[in-house]
Amino acid sequence: MGNLDPLGLTRRGLIRVSSALLVVAALPQKIWATALRPETAFQTTTLEATFDALGGVPQASDGIIFSTPDIAENGAVVPIRIEIDPSVLPDVSKLYVIVEKNPNPLAAVFQVPPNTPPYAETRVKVAQTGNLYAVAEANGELYMMQRETKVTLGGCGG
Amino acid sequence: MASRMRIRAQLKDDYCEVKALMRHPMETGMRKDQSGAAIPANFIEDVQVLHNDAVVVQAYWGAAVSANPFLGVRFRGGAQGDVVKVVWRDNHGDSGSGETTIR
Repeated sequence: MGNLDPLGLTRRGLIRVSSALLVVAALPQKIWATALRPETAFQTTTLEATFDALGGVPQASDGIIFSTPDIAENGAVVPIRIEIDPSVLPDVSKLYVIVEKNPNPLAAVFQVPPNTPPYAETRVKVAQTGNLYAVAEANGELYMMQRETKVTLGGCGG
Repeated sequence: MASRMRIRAQLKDDYCEVKALMRHPMETGMRKDQSGAAIPANFIEDVQVLHNDAVVVQAYWGAAVSANPFLGVRFRGGAQGDVVKVVWRDNHGDSGSGETTIR
């Protein structure tokens, strides 16, 4: 009668309780960091898969002002800037930076509340010459602007 | 790991411009050291810009953001002397922050 053995039950119960506690203890930190992080999109390895994960291929829009260098001498540090013309593209709530030829094309996401003008400046690694995409999300629709950057020295060197 | 951040917040026409420079290696996990062993991925995943404790920009980053990341964003409603803060957290759970007042 193994399952009537009080010691066995206690031990099993203890294991169950402690593993449940472990899960609970591990949760809170992770939730803050990843609750809204588009983890699947960050894991994608091709441009098509990235667009799929975001919800489809965006339509081109002149409302996205995307500045990147034509030639990057150092692919490890490529300055980019995304600005939105609200008269063309109102209600933008998210900006995505996508580097086509990188192992994981999605580089960054910037999310803004309604009163914040969508604008982002940063520096990204660009593995090799290819297109960079600035994608804007407004009312659930995706828009994009692409720019080619030539890289003379790769961004994932080592 | 967490060390000083350079941060500046400046009033422009109808918005406040925030510029921050964080210290972080932003390792992709794809590089190898001299012995050929992989260097583990270590990058900032999550960045928040706060104006008087309200989040005005929430960013999520991958390993493709350059080492010692630069961040430039804008928000409305800031006044001189208001507190602007940038907080980051990386994939190892380490975090860092920087704070300044709008000028």
